[in-house]
Amino acid sequence: MDKIDLDLLMKIADLHGIPEGSYNIRKNGQSLSRASDKDVEIVSKKDKDGIDIIVRAGVKGKSVHIPVILTASDMLEKVYNDFYIGKGADVTIIAGCGIHNDTCGESRHDGVHTFYLEEGSSVRYIERHYGEGNEKSKREFTPVTKAYLKKGASLFMESTQLGGVTYTDRLTTATLYAGAKFTVREKLLTDGNDKAITRFKVKLVGRDSTVDVVSRSVARGNSYQSFVSNVIGKNRCFGHVECDSILLDNARILSTPKIDAVSPEASLVHEAAVGKIAGEQLVKLMTLGLTEKEAEDTIIKGYLQ
Amino acid sequence: MLELKNITYAVKDKDTGNSTKILSNICLAFPEKSITVITGQNGSGKSTLVKLITGMEKPTSGAIFYNGEDITSLSVTERAKMGFTTAFQQPVRFKGITVKKLLDIACGKTSNLSGLCDYLSQVGLCARNYIDRELDGSLSGGEAKRIELAMAIAKGGEVFLLDEPEAGIDLWSFSDLTKLFTSLKDKTVIIVSHQNKIMEIADNIVLLDKESAPVTGSREKMLPLLQNRGGVCAARKGV
Repeated sequence: MDKIDLDLLMKIADLHGIPEGSYNIRKNGQSLSRASDKDVEIVSKKDKDGIDIIVRAGVKGKSVHIPVILTASDMLEKVYNDFYIGKGADVTIIAGCGIHNDTCGESRHDGVHTFYLEEGSSVRYIERHYGEGNEKSKREFTPVTKAYLKKGASLFMESTQLGGVTYTDRLTTATLYAGAKFTVREKLLTDGNDKAITRFKVKLVGRDSTVDVVSRSVARGNSYQSFVSNVIGKNRCFGHVECDSILLDNARILSTPKIDAVSPEASLVHEAAVGKIAGEQLVKLMTLGLTEKEAEDTIIKGYLQ
Repeated sequence: MLELKNITYAVKDKDTGNSTKILSNICLAFPEKSITVITGQNGSGKSTLVKLITGMEKPTSGAIFYNGEDITSLSVTERAKMGFTTAFQQPVRFKGITVKKLLDIACGKTSNLSGLCDYLSQVGLCARNYIDRELDGSLSGGEAKRIELAMAIAKGGEVFLLDEPEAGIDLWSFSDLTKLFTSLKDKTVIIVSHQNKIMEIADNIVLLDKESAPVTGSREKMLPLLQNRGGVCAARKGV
């Protein structure tokens, strides 16, 4: 790995080099390095590009790194990763993709991730997307995340994209059975002419299943963001979707909530707020000695913390 | 010495174009090493006066001098750097910014737990319980108000502008609050308040009125007028 690779790995996965335990590092369409252990097995798919990550039942406290880096121009790839989380297992999966494109071409990574969580299993899934390079280059992601949570399973998804990605269209779907819990924390920053689309569709099928989605975003420059959520409550369940956004410059944000209480016992909430930074926040920080620009940066950094 | 000379502040109605004067030809002086309490009825322009002194608003006419220098055109940031420190009447909430971060910004350095404890204990809060919390809607009004005051202490300065600092703070904590203000006595302290207990620690009291010029005087002169003759209106009649 060269310096660019290491920088990207640091940014998307906090990795300083090869991680311990099970991992798969993918670079420019190929597996750069991989390891499995007795608790977490990683194997290549036979029918298409991608890997299966198999976590044995009852495994606790393990971390799995599966970062992807793209440094070649005109590289368009689609990868299928399936996660099989055994009964009662409790693991952290650190994914994410970093693109470095210093040409005028297009680099795109389409990751299709499917999670199968067995009863009582728990996953913390951290996904960061990052792009850097020439102003004219296109750095694109169209991730699809599908999750199936069996009885009492829990998936915490932390999705972060803090700049450099020119286009993203993220689709996340989840089906939750009895007592399952799906939590999403999304942070998004767009600038320039970036375009970001986020779509959630969650089906609360099981009794006492819960979804909690909190999306915080900042749109700068001429960027455009679209947030679409669709929560369907088919049983006694609770769903909460919150979309908070800060608008700067000439950016535009479209938020489209949809909640569908199919069951009369479903309790579904959607909150959305889009607007500029409150003037009183800027002034407060200025009374502490910050300039207006410093105050704005502090508010945005804190907001996306 | 902070001086306001012939300050007028008017706002224009966007629809009718008519101008309404909030403050008219105000002349006031706030001597250093003293506490001045500004009081007056709702709508008399107390908070506007604070905003003019901090630079959040600019006067329609008149000038503000600090130690002989005309600071009327200086920005909020420039005045803050000169030593003007403000505690807002309504604490501002920030999603995602912790109490520690805000105190660090206020004091201009990264503080350790002991340093943060110094600031927060003065307003009756335990640092361990608060420094990692965000200053957002999860804090009560009283907690946010105390943190607002802690930020002012952490920042320090020469001119303290405290807009209704007692609002939202329980009566049991009043004596600690007044002790805190008294400890700033070597600075220029300007407190907007209606509370007798705060007026009792003032060196000077300014009574603002919508209709006429402010009445100013020492605590000894102003308190009896305000307290024994039925408040603000009576005080005006007695002067």
